[in-house]
Amino acid sequence: MSEAVAQLRSIRPEPDEPRPEIFHDEIDGDDLSVVEQRLSLFEILYREAWLRKLLILIALAVIWEIYGRSLNNDLLFPTFSATMAAFFRAVMDGSLPAAAWSSGKVLLMGYGLGIALAATLTALAMASRIGTDFLETMTSMFNPLPAIALLPLALIWFGLGNASLIFVLVHSVTWAIALNTHSGFLNVSQTMKMVGRNYGLRGPRFIAKILIPAAFPSILTGLKIGWAFAWRTLIAAELVFGVSSGSGGLGWLIFENKNMLDIPKVFAGLLTVIIIGLVVENLIFRTIERLTIERWGVQH
Amino acid sequence: MQHKDPLLTVQGVTLQYKTPHHLITATYRVSFDVMQGDRFILLGPSGCGKSTLQKAVGGYITPTEGEMRLKGRRITQPGPDRMMVFQEFDQLLPWKTVKQNVTFALQASGRMNKREAEEKAMEYVVKVGLESFADSHPHMLSGGMKQRVAIARGMAMEPDILLMDEPFAALDALTRRRMQDELLKLWDETRFTVLFVTHSIAEAIKIGNRILLLSPHPGRVKAELNSTTDPARATELEQYIHQMLFAHEPEEAEHV
Repeated sequence: MSEAVAQLRSIRPEPDEPRPEIFHDEIDGDDLSVVEQRLSLFEILYREAWLRKLLILIALAVIWEIYGRSLNNDLLFPTFSATMAAFFRAVMDGSLPAAAWSSGKVLLMGYGLGIALAATLTALAMASRIGTDFLETMTSMFNPLPAIALLPLALIWFGLGNASLIFVLVHSVTWAIALNTHSGFLNVSQTMKMVGRNYGLRGPRFIAKILIPAAFPSILTGLKIGWAFAWRTLIAAELVFGVSSGSGGLGWLIFENKNMLDIPKVFAGLLTVIIIGLVVENLIFRTIERLTIERWGVQH
Repeated sequence: MQHKDPLLTVQGVTLQYKTPHHLITATYRVSFDVMQGDRFILLGPSGCGKSTLQKAVGGYITPTEGEMRLKGRRITQPGPDRMMVFQEFDQLLPWKTVKQNVTFALQASGRMNKREAEEKAMEYVVKVGLESFADSHPHMLSGGMKQRVAIARGMAMEPDILLMDEPFAALDALTRRRMQDELLKLWDETRFTVLFVTHSIAEAIKIGNRILLLSPHPGRVKAELNSTTDPARATELEQYIHQMLFAHEPEEAEHV
């Protein structure tokens, strides 16, 4: 014990002479040459992410155009300008908007039903342990099963029509949303739940005012994943049997025009799929994120 | 001797909880009375069940033995007449601003309508000196400010008793001292009753007027002492409490 103390002393010897203490006057900022200076225009523009991405898109379009022209084969690889021309023609004659609308309608129905089913399953899971087990078993079974793999069965059960599409969509949406919502609820901190009960909140009001907002980041993640699954599943399903669903959606438009060897229009259809996906993912979901979890400082 | 009825009576309370493999007794036959306007401290080393005891007063845990009464009414479930202030910073609802956090507490408990609640909320936000942050969300605030909001929320509800569970333990030393002073100032203004849990002897003497000493494993009452504001007496009392709590432990543990 005393040995250890002696060792400590030798590491930190007492100074022979006390070191002087130093006090500073506050330094004037007047001599500082730059307090605030505007950045150059280039620097300001270069800081905008969307502008940089736009530049990349333009560069890609130019490369596409050059390659298309050098290949000079509209059947294999139409140029960018030919694709855009086909796109605007299809928009003008109404075939593209009609196809997009027909896809969107089915999608929204499937998505809505999926959300409702996920909400019910999560509610059951929150209410009882057997409900939790049910949800966990179902999710671990069906989540790895690509929705499109159920299409042949759906065709037998519901026939060639929107019902089959919606069935497949519901399957693709439900599990992702239910899984995320449930794990979000489970991860709400104990403290926050105690705060809610402290206010005297119970039952549905407790869920609506504390659990759902607290789990919102996870719920939103579920909605985003569900949307992405649904959109991809829908286009794939339409490619297979879009002919049945009346006017036919975007997937069918792509398939049909390939058969008619109108390749620029196929590209235009693909472009529309991309644009709709981009708008929903980057505009709608981003805006929701910015207004909620980013403002609350709770994104992980 | 005080002759008025106690605000909170805790009578022979034994608390037990289960971990996956054990049944643990947190406190054993604890009794004490809290009077109106008391700054009542639960003090003890970790493992003495002081937080568990407070959660039981909050209504989150039901005693296996004994009972607790607030104003003569038996405590059976959580309620807004006993507002909790926790140690954790995530006790504020992150999707609400400072003002909304206080307002929501008042509205959710069904005490007042929106306009009254907003007025009262603002009054208490000003009281803790956060009027310029009233419209900020909690994640923009420092730890000390968050605890101030939690205190404002607790006080705005004007509960029968404020339950504070080591509210300053996660703050840095300087902020903690300032918050202790502010809490005492607020108490001077409104004379609320508070049940305050801490493991710091110095904090207990500074904040409290009455100190309940608990011994660990399981928590049992060791003594119930009066605090003091006289600095000389305070040092003496601190040493005395320290001895009572740690006398049986080996030397080295003292400076941990």
